[in-house]
Amino acid sequence: MTMMTASEDGEAKAAKRVAVDFKTLGPALALLLLCVIGYLLNPAFASEGNLTNLLTRSAFIGIIAVGATFVITAGGIDLSVGSMAAAISGVMIIVMNNAVETLGTGVPTVLLGCGLAILLGIGAGWINGALTTKGKIEAFIVTLGTMGIYRSLVTYFADGGTLSLNFDIRGTYRPVYYDSFLGLPFPVWVFIGVAICGWLLLNRTAFGRYCTAIGSNEAVAKYSAINVDRVKTLTYIIQGLCVSFATIIYVPRLGSASASTGVLWELEAIAAVIIGGTVLKGGYGRIGGTILGALILTTIGNILNFTDMISNYLNGTMQGLIIIVAVLLQRSDWKFGKTPKT
Amino acid sequence: MEVATSASAAVIEAVNISKSFGPVPVLFSVSMDVRAGEVHALIGENGAGKSTLMKILSGFHDPTSGQIRLDGKTAVLPPNGGAEQLGIVLIHQELNLAEQMTVEENVFLGRETRSRGFLDRAGMRRAVQTYLDEIGLDISPADRISDLTIAQKQMVEIVKAVSRNARILIMDEPTAVLTEEETDVFFRQVEKLKAGGVGIVFVSHKLNEVKAIADRITILRDGQWIDTRPSQDLTPDTMAQMMVGRELSDLYPPMHEADVDADLVLEVDNLKAPGVHGVSFGLRKGEILGFSGLIGSGRTAVFEAICGLAPIESGTISLYGQEVAAMTVAKARDAGLAYLTKDRKEKGLLLDKKMQPNLTLFALPKFVKNFAVNQRAEEKALERAIRRFDVRARDPNVTVGKLSGGNQQKLLLAKIMECDPKIVIIDEPTRGIDVGTKQQIYHFIAALAAEGVSVVVISSEMPEIIGICHRVAVMREGQITGVLTGDHINENEIMRYAAGLKREELH
Repeated sequence: MTMMTASEDGEAKAAKRVAVDFKTLGPALALLLLCVIGYLLNPAFASEGNLTNLLTRSAFIGIIAVGATFVITAGGIDLSVGSMAAAISGVMIIVMNNAVETLGTGVPTVLLGCGLAILLGIGAGWINGALTTKGKIEAFIVTLGTMGIYRSLVTYFADGGTLSLNFDIRGTYRPVYYDSFLGLPFPVWVFIGVAICGWLLLNRTAFGRYCTAIGSNEAVAKYSAINVDRVKTLTYIIQGLCVSFATIIYVPRLGSASASTGVLWELEAIAAVIIGGTVLKGGYGRIGGTILGALILTTIGNILNFTDMISNYLNGTMQGLIIIVAVLLQRSDWKFGKTPKT
Repeated sequence: MEVATSASAAVIEAVNISKSFGPVPVLFSVSMDVRAGEVHALIGENGAGKSTLMKILSGFHDPTSGQIRLDGKTAVLPPNGGAEQLGIVLIHQELNLAEQMTVEENVFLGRETRSRGFLDRAGMRRAVQTYLDEIGLDISPADRISDLTIAQKQMVEIVKAVSRNARILIMDEPTAVLTEEETDVFFRQVEKLKAGGVGIVFVSHKLNEVKAIADRITILRDGQWIDTRPSQDLTPDTMAQMMVGRELSDLYPPMHEADVDADLVLEVDNLKAPGVHGVSFGLRKGEILGFSGLIGSGRTAVFEAICGLAPIESGTISLYGQEVAAMTVAKARDAGLAYLTKDRKEKGLLLDKKMQPNLTLFALPKFVKNFAVNQRAEEKALERAIRRFDVRARDPNVTVGKLSGGNQQKLLLAKIMECDPKIVIIDEPTRGIDVGTKQQIYHFIAALAAEGVSVVVISSEMPEIIGICHRVAVMREGQITGVLTGDHINENEIMRYAAGLKREELH
C-alpha cells in the first residue's frame, strides 16, 4: 500500500515536471517547428538575408511586447501602444522637419527627434499609468481612450494624409534602420538590448518581483509594503519607453507617418506576450517567452510570403490560431469535474 | 397556545449532528429545532461551530453523522442552496447579491417569470414593489445593488428569501454591520416575518439584541450543545457565562510579568479614521497588548490606520516617544512597525507563488544588493524561517496555496518577522488553524515579548486573549470601552465591555 502510493506520487511528480517543462519550452519548440516547416517549404527561408530580415521585422513588435510584459504581469493592459507609436512618429517628423532651419539636416536634428520620442513615450506612459492608479479607472478603458486619442492626433497632424520626413534628414537617419553592426542590423541590437534589460529588470530586481506580486494579488502587495500605484505607473512608463525605442528605429524605415502607422500593433504585442506564456490576468511574466512570441508571429507572416499553399491574406488567421492553441496548451487544469460538497 | 406549539411544530430539526472537516471535529452530537413563527438565536464564541451548524441546516454541508428532519421526516437536503426550494434559506454574512444588477433582477435571479418567451419585467417589478412596500423599504426595484447601503442590501436578501416563500430563514450575524437605527428597522422586519409564520435562526454576538429579539436561545461551546432555553430564562450575563465556561489549559505559555515602567514604544492619541472614532492607548516595550471586541468593532481599522494601510482623519501617533506623521506601509516597516493581516489568503500571501518569494516580499529591500535581488540570501532566509517557525511543507517548491492553514500562518508570521520589527501587530493569530499550531504560535508570541518586542494581538477568540496578553483593550463601535489588567482579564468582563453592557470613562 505504502509502496503503491509512493510510486503513484513519483508518477504524478514526473507528469507534472513534463507539463511544466512543456509550458516553458512550448514557445521555443513552436518556433523551432515553424523554422523547420519554413525551411522544408522553401530552403530560401534559412538564407542569411531572410533571417536578418525576419529578426529586424520582429524588432518593433518585440520591443513593444517587452514593455507589454511588464504591464500585463502587473495585472494591467495597454491597448494604446500602436496609436502611441503613430503619434510619436508624427510628432518626431514634424519637429525634425521644422528643426532643419536652425539645426540643419545632420545628427543633431535626428538626436532631437529621438530625445523627443523618448520624452513623449515616457509622458504617454505616465498618463496611462496615472489614470489607472490615481484616477482608478480600469486599464482597459483608459488605454482604449488614449488609443483613440493618439490615433486621431496623428490623422490630424497629417491632415488626413501622410507626414514625410525631410529628404536630407532621411539620409542622415537611414543607417539606424538599414545599417548593421557585426552582421546584425541595428534594430536587432536594440531589440537584444531591450530584451536583456527587460529580463534583468523582471527577474533580478525588486521592481520585477513587485510587478509579479501586484499582478498576483494587489491586496497582498499593498500589505507587503509595496507602493502599488507607483509600481503600476512605472510599468506603463516602461511600456511608453519601449514604444519610443520601437518608433525611433521604425521612422527611418519608411520616413513617414500616417493614420495607418502601427495599426494593430497593440494586439500583436499582446499576442506575443501571451504566446510567450505570460498570464493575461497577471502575476506571472516571461520576457524570454515574449521574445519567442514576437519571433513566432513574424515567422508565420514570413513563411506565408514564401509559399503559395496558403494565401498571404490568411496571415491573421494563422496568427489567431497560434494564439488560441498556445493558450490552450498553457492551461494546466485539463481535468474537468465538480467540486465535491464538503 | 405556547404550549401547543411545542416540539411537534418544529419545521426543521437537527438531531445529534456531528461534523468533522477531515480529521478535525467541529460539532459533537448537536441537536436543535426551529419552529414556525419563532426567532431562535444561536450563540457561542467564534469557532464554537455556529456557522457549521447553520450550513448543515441549510444543506451547504452534509453532517458526518446525525440527521436532519424536515416536518418530522428524515430528509437529506439538496446541496449548494438547493434547499431554498424546500423553503430553507441561508443568508450569508457576506451577502450573496449580484452587485451590478438591479433589486428586481436580484430578487428573481434564476427563476425569472416569462411571458411569451420574453422576461415579464413589468410583472416582476410589480411583485418586487409589493414586497418592498410590505417590508417598508424605501428603494425602487430598479435600483442597482451597488448603490444601496449594507442595511438595504440585507433587506433585499430578506425580500429575496420572502419571495421564495421561505419557511425557515437562517441569518449569519445579520446585525454585525448595521447601525443601531438600521438594526431597529431590521428587527421590525423580523417581527413581521415571525408573525407570518416564518421560523428564523439568528446568529449574533450582541447579547442584548439576542435577549430582545429571540424567543429561544441555543448555546454552543467548542462544538458542543450546551443548552436551549426560552429567552426569558436568560440574561445577557448568563448567556456570556454559558458561552465561555471553560478552564484554560497549558495551551498557553507561562506569562512573564510585564515591566509596567518600560518605555512606551507606541502612543496613540485620539485617533480617528474610517471605522475608528477617537482611540487612545499606549504600548510598552516587551508588552503583549490584546485587542478584543466584536467583529466590526474597529480593532483592525485602528491598526490599519496606524500602519499606513488606511487614511488617518485626525489624531497623533508617537513611536519611541516621537510623534510621527502619517506613514506608508513601507515607512512603518522601516520604523520597525509591522502588521500581520487576519486575511492570510486575500491579503497575506501570494497563493500561486512558492514560499521563497512570499517570505521575502515584505522585507525585500533588505535582500537587494547592487540593484539585484540576492537570491542566495533569499534561499538562506527560507531555510532559516522553515527551521525557526517549523513550517512543514513536503516540497519547498510547492505553491503556498497548497499548504495547510497552519503552515500558511507560520509562513506569514515568518514573512512579517523577516524585517525584524520592534512592534508587531498580529490580527487573529490563530484563525482557522489546529490546536498544535496555535500552541506554537502562542509560545512564539511570548518569546518575542520576552526578547523585548512589543506585540499587539487582535483576536476574537477570548481564551487566547486571556491566555497570552498582559493587558487587554476592549473595543466597541470604533472606540475603546475599557482596558483590563491582571485579574480583571476574564471572559465575562471582556464580554460585558464588548457587548456594551459596561463602559469605562477613559477621558
